[in-house]
Amino acid sequence: MQPNLTHLRQLEAESIHIIREVAASFERPVMLYSIGKDSSVLLHLARKAFYPAPPPFPLMHVDTTWKFREMIEFRDRMAAEYGFDLIVHINQDGVDQGIGPFTHGSSLHTDVMKTESLKQALNKYKFDAAFGGARRDEEKARAKERVFSFRTETHRWDPKNQRPELWDIYNARINKGESIRAFPISNWTELDIWQYIYLEQIPIVPLYYSAKRPVVERDGMLIMVDDDRMPLNPGETPEMKSVRFRTLGCYPLTGAVESEAATLPDIIQEMLLTRSSERQGRMIDHDQAGSMEKKKQEGYF
Amino acid sequence: MSHKSDLIADDILGYLKAQEEKSLLRFITCGSVDDGKSTLIGRLLWDSKLIFEDQLAALESDSRKVGTQGGEIDFALLLDGLQAEREQGITIDVAYRFFSTDKRKFIVADTPGHEQYTRNMATGASTADVAVILIDARKGILTQTRRHSFITSLLGIKHVVLAVNKMDLIDYDQSKFDQIVAEYNEFAKQLNYSSITAIPLSALRGDNMIEPSANTPWYSGPTLLAHLEDVQVEQDAIDKPFRLPVQWVNRPNLDFRGFSGTISSGRIKPGDEIVVTASGQTSKVKEIVTFDGNLDEAIAGQAITLTLEDEIDISRGDVLAEAKAKPDFADQFEARIIWMHEDHLLPGRPYLIKMGAQLANAQISALKYKVNVNTLEHVAGKTLELNEVGIANISADKALAFDPYDKNRHSGRFIIIDRFTNATVGAGMVNHSLRRATNIKWQEMDINKGARAYQKGQKSAILWFTGLSGAGKSTVANLVEKKLHALGKHTYTLDGDNVRHGLNKDLGFTDADRVENIRRVGETAKLFVDAGVITLVSFISPFKSERQLARSLVEEGEFIEVFIDTPLEVCEQRDVKGLYKKARAGEIANFTGIDSPYERPENAEIVVSTADQSAEEAAEIIVAKLEEFGVLGAWFPEI
Repeated sequence: MQPNLTHLRQLEAESIHIIREVAASFERPVMLYSIGKDSSVLLHLARKAFYPAPPPFPLMHVDTTWKFREMIEFRDRMAAEYGFDLIVHINQDGVDQGIGPFTHGSSLHTDVMKTESLKQALNKYKFDAAFGGARRDEEKARAKERVFSFRTETHRWDPKNQRPELWDIYNARINKGESIRAFPISNWTELDIWQYIYLEQIPIVPLYYSAKRPVVERDGMLIMVDDDRMPLNPGETPEMKSVRFRTLGCYPLTGAVESEAATLPDIIQEMLLTRSSERQGRMIDHDQAGSMEKKKQEGYF
Repeated sequence: MSHKSDLIADDILGYLKAQEEKSLLRFITCGSVDDGKSTLIGRLLWDSKLIFEDQLAALESDSRKVGTQGGEIDFALLLDGLQAEREQGITIDVAYRFFSTDKRKFIVADTPGHEQYTRNMATGASTADVAVILIDARKGILTQTRRHSFITSLLGIKHVVLAVNKMDLIDYDQSKFDQIVAEYNEFAKQLNYSSITAIPLSALRGDNMIEPSANTPWYSGPTLLAHLEDVQVEQDAIDKPFRLPVQWVNRPNLDFRGFSGTISSGRIKPGDEIVVTASGQTSKVKEIVTFDGNLDEAIAGQAITLTLEDEIDISRGDVLAEAKAKPDFADQFEARIIWMHEDHLLPGRPYLIKMGAQLANAQISALKYKVNVNTLEHVAGKTLELNEVGIANISADKALAFDPYDKNRHSGRFIIIDRFTNATVGAGMVNHSLRRATNIKWQEMDINKGARAYQKGQKSAILWFTGLSGAGKSTVANLVEKKLHALGKHTYTLDGDNVRHGLNKDLGFTDADRVENIRRVGETAKLFVDAGVITLVSFISPFKSERQLARSLVEEGEFIEVFIDTPLEVCEQRDVKGLYKKARAGEIANFTGIDSPYERPENAEIVVSTADQSAEEAAEIIVAKLEEFGVLGAWFPEI
């Protein structure tokens, strides 16, 4: 006889409950797929929630056109393997203007190709609920985020005017044009995610595992030269180093860590022994104090 | 990062295996900024090594800039999330924190202790199994201690840790500690806790937080962390009768029909008999389906899909239950309510309630009393304001399945939603169903509404005249009734002023009384409609919700809203009764249009104005519309 559920099984059940609740309460839900490890877990949970049926909503990837090539390969492989309806949205206006992280800086690039692009896509397909893989332990501003996070018609988040959330009862009422972002893995920590990936053998992008990759060091970060769009400074030559990524995003904005961790247990071991938090590898958080909160108000995930 | 376990470095696979067996504990911390609550949580995160070096660097620099510890590390800064709060130096919402030890993962709901934020504490307590109530050892039991304890017990928390903090500032004085504990135990007798564990602490110095303190040799109990790791929270959800609220009907093809949801209590095996609470239909469980294969048994907390032996009608909102122990099923019940919005609760106003996957229209039929959260005294009241708690009777438009919250914490709980703003305005916990809901049956008459109206050669309806005072409602209604009477129609008029002389003479002009006023008039008009009469109602009826309420009482097409859209300036200029003058002079309070709002109808069936038209012209337009709507002709009822 099973006396109780372990913490991972409790988290799993909570997430499935949330995913089902969104599917039952909204007309046009979509699951935002960022291809990262959190997204992989989210996808896995969505498959569990509706088994034996496929999830009753499409996946959408907001492609900035600067993702690692291996991420895009992985994305297409997963969608094909699991039979998901995959929508890829690119902000064509941004592409036409030639917006990119090297020419326009991380802040403008993220704003146009990610935040704006996401709003564009939500408007285009009239999605009234969008699943995201954000976790409360990632950043201080997220510790107070709701599971059902209400967004106005212009996709803004108002931290002073959030709906109280009690028990497992979520208020899914919205007016036309308004929407919610739903965060089924709010209560998972980075360690929970890794343990669950290990336990359930969930496929993840190979970039999480250590391998010899061409990198250059810039502003204290190791940037991988993923394609020939990356301009090299005078005297800069890519070096082959054993590196891996703790978080994935646009390759010019994502720092690698030197590592020999080539298996899941290695990765978890390294994470437990290391002393810097995962978002440190992301450039956008360092722009200004409280920057994540500001981005969220504007509609970034 | 976390865990000092040597296994991480030496045997990562062994470590991972051990971690898989960890349990989960959710707890809430209650106290004010001054009690050192943020410091206490910060210390738990710190000592379980959950702070990364980059966060530490940020913490050190923040401590120098805005810290309150004279440049030393200010653990409280780890927790303050939103920028505005950081500047104000207070936490204003519920934040969730995570840490874990080798035994347990912890989710901490961090909520503020200020009076105006009772709402947040209730939110945090709703998912917690344990409450850590902080007390400043110098100050002892305060009003806020009683408030925090009451709210946690209201939400059904059974285990309390009395964290007597700042012991360093009273020289670790045992007698003072004992005195606080004795006083608290006496107070807590009325709160239904099943365990109270008092621990002498200094969150700032680390005494009895993780390691037993040398400063309190007289204390032999567990440290805070040791207690949180070991406290046995009720696992009795599993021992209660089986309940599965159906969230989703899973039907990928004609051969599979599954019912998905999270088991809220009990356990289930294939072959067990279940009943659909609403319909009373029974069947047996065929399979417990999951992605990881079919299960031999499932328990409370698991998200599963059931298939049944028989094809019976089940949809989202149904509650599947153990056939021999059905939940209550009633449309009227008594509940305790916590109000969470600036707009007051108004008895009689239609709200939505969401109870599990069940959604219903409902109104507070009677607010029995309010509870003062500081003194636990019962107080009479007509409304609930933000952060107030009350006991009320609730009447829903359909029966709901539930167990009383005190019997089963995973059932009988609901949120209250405003039908127009969609805001979550309150939360409630069912005390018990009301007997009259199950005992009083609707008496079906052989002669029905259709038959009565048919005999009169008309279709019965409510003509609801709304508009400002002085807009011309009564004048126009009077003319319309005269015209209908001349056409041989059977009519009656309920006039706002006249009704206040009789049926509603006990009501004043507060928002709550206005709602009750409309409710009674709506119900009376409904009886007239049932009698087959064309009923004219002439009422300012300033609130959209109440007009909606009146509309919802009768069938579609029977409610005709007539908006007398005469502008405020014109009404005020006319001032037939001299009321505007008095209101402007401050002699009448809550006067619609002056210091009480009028919410304009957006989809009225008929709109006229006595500013641009004469009352006679307006009445003609209305009668022509009634003709168009088919109210004036005989119709064939479905007898």
